[in-house]
Amino acid sequence: MEAIEVTGLRKTYKNREAVDGIDLVVARGEIFALLGPNGAGKTTTVEILEGHRRRSGGDVRVLGEDPGKAGSAWRTRVGIVLQDAADAADLTVREMIRHVGGFYPEPRSADEVIELVGLTAKSKSKIRTLSGGQRRRVDVALGIVGRPELLFLDEPTTGFDPEARRQFWELIRKLAGDGTTIVLTTHYLDEAEALADRLAVMADGRIVAEGTPATLGGRSGAAARVRWRTADGVAHDERHEDPTELIHRLVNTGVDLTTLTITRPTLEDTYLSLIGEAR
Amino acid sequence: MSAGTFSPAPGRAPMRTIIGKQIRMELLLTARRGEAVVLAMGVPLLVLLGAGLFEVTNLPTDDRLGFVVPGVLALTVMSTAFTGQAITTGYERSYGVLKRLGASPLTRPGLLLAKTAAVLVQIVLQVLVLGAVGFAVGWRPHGDQLLPAIAVTVLAAAGYSGLALLLASVLKPETTTGAATLIYVLMLSVGGIMFAAPDLGTAGWFLLPLAAHAEALRDTLLYDTSVPFAIWLSLGTWAVVFLTAAARNFRWE
Repeated sequence: MEAIEVTGLRKTYKNREAVDGIDLVVARGEIFALLGPNGAGKTTTVEILEGHRRRSGGDVRVLGEDPGKAGSAWRTRVGIVLQDAADAADLTVREMIRHVGGFYPEPRSADEVIELVGLTAKSKSKIRTLSGGQRRRVDVALGIVGRPELLFLDEPTTGFDPEARRQFWELIRKLAGDGTTIVLTTHYLDEAEALADRLAVMADGRIVAEGTPATLGGRSGAAARVRWRTADGVAHDERHEDPTELIHRLVNTGVDLTTLTITRPTLEDTYLSLIGEAR
Repeated sequence: MSAGTFSPAPGRAPMRTIIGKQIRMELLLTARRGEAVVLAMGVPLLVLLGAGLFEVTNLPTDDRLGFVVPGVLALTVMSTAFTGQAITTGYERSYGVLKRLGASPLTRPGLLLAKTAAVLVQIVLQVLVLGAVGFAVGWRPHGDQLLPAIAVTVLAAAGYSGLALLLASVLKPETTTGAATLIYVLMLSVGGIMFAAPDLGTAGWFLLPLAAHAEALRDTLLYDTSVPFAIWLSLGTWAVVFLTAAARNFRWE
């Protein structure tokens, strides 16, 4: 059974199609990333999958149930890290995590979760005294304290410093390695590339491309860009399906190879052209 | 870290346990908000001892405590069910606390239930403490009309809660705080707590629920008579109108 199956999902606000008929399948144990610019419909989609928002149409199954109708037993199997950092002003990190852990039948211990998200030094601090990035880690801790089968992360690393992001990625890989299915939305393409088994790009409420980070949008088959500079200082910039023959020719004509670069489109190039086309 | 630390282990904690935990947390949070506790207990105590024991205001009766204590009880119900609740809910909504807890296994109806229960527990505790203090300094109420007194209090609390949740849903948290405090001060001054409320006839009961509630408590506890129909109607209307409006407009984020 798949973790998530979505067909023809639609969400209409007053006179705007926020989500305009999307299909999605996420397999168990997979890390799936949803990319897209602000307003593309990512958060709306994820909130419908979380059972947080009603849909206008389409069929949705999450862990075999319709999230719009599922009860509290289903909720204990799903972990959610919302986009906006929350703040329970007068609770310490440890109190908050222990409290929410108490809603689940077999929670992780508060200290274990605090260590996993790297907040051990802050465990006795009140949440309102933490920095934005530290509060975000509290959010993540609350998402995993109940040992979810399926974890939703909506822009989880916003406000993290580079080291904290790397630690967070390790945590996500560890969770996935133990069988947790992970659905992640993010603005950071390096994050999607580093973590995701598969990803989809949304723009204007539609999915405009879907694939692995290596193949998204025909990336692996795209032409390579070859650039070099000849001795007289003239810059050359050419696109080739197979640059091998060109390189041979350049070597034979005695071009200074220290100026030679061969690049394939990065995930960012592919992404920008995908959302550019959709506009 | 042992193997299997990460393996998913789904299941179900009983809803009653979950809500019980949330009620305890709500009470703990209230206890930690010093200013909320002062507003909820300090002001009523001050009014009770000040206006109840000393000739600082003119009252329509010689039994100062008999007049003041029921008013103070009504004031406490308002400050907890309305002022305190509006301010906390407004901020929790803007901080995203409601949205997150509503997304957890607690669920949204569970959260509302826990909050309501926590408010009721607070009101019961406050009424007991204030009643005991009143009794200690010489308040001797009648007990025959206790049931209508409790019923009219539940009705008043329901109306206040509805108005609190409605304000917190439609206003920004800072505006909610301002409005809730203003209404508190306004009601305190014209609500018939420290001196008689302005005589507006029956219309007054509909405009000033605090005055209506205080009057009902005096009728039952001081004069040992029944609650006037106009007061039942006014507090009933408040409860129905504002709970309905709150249910329609309540927002989690």
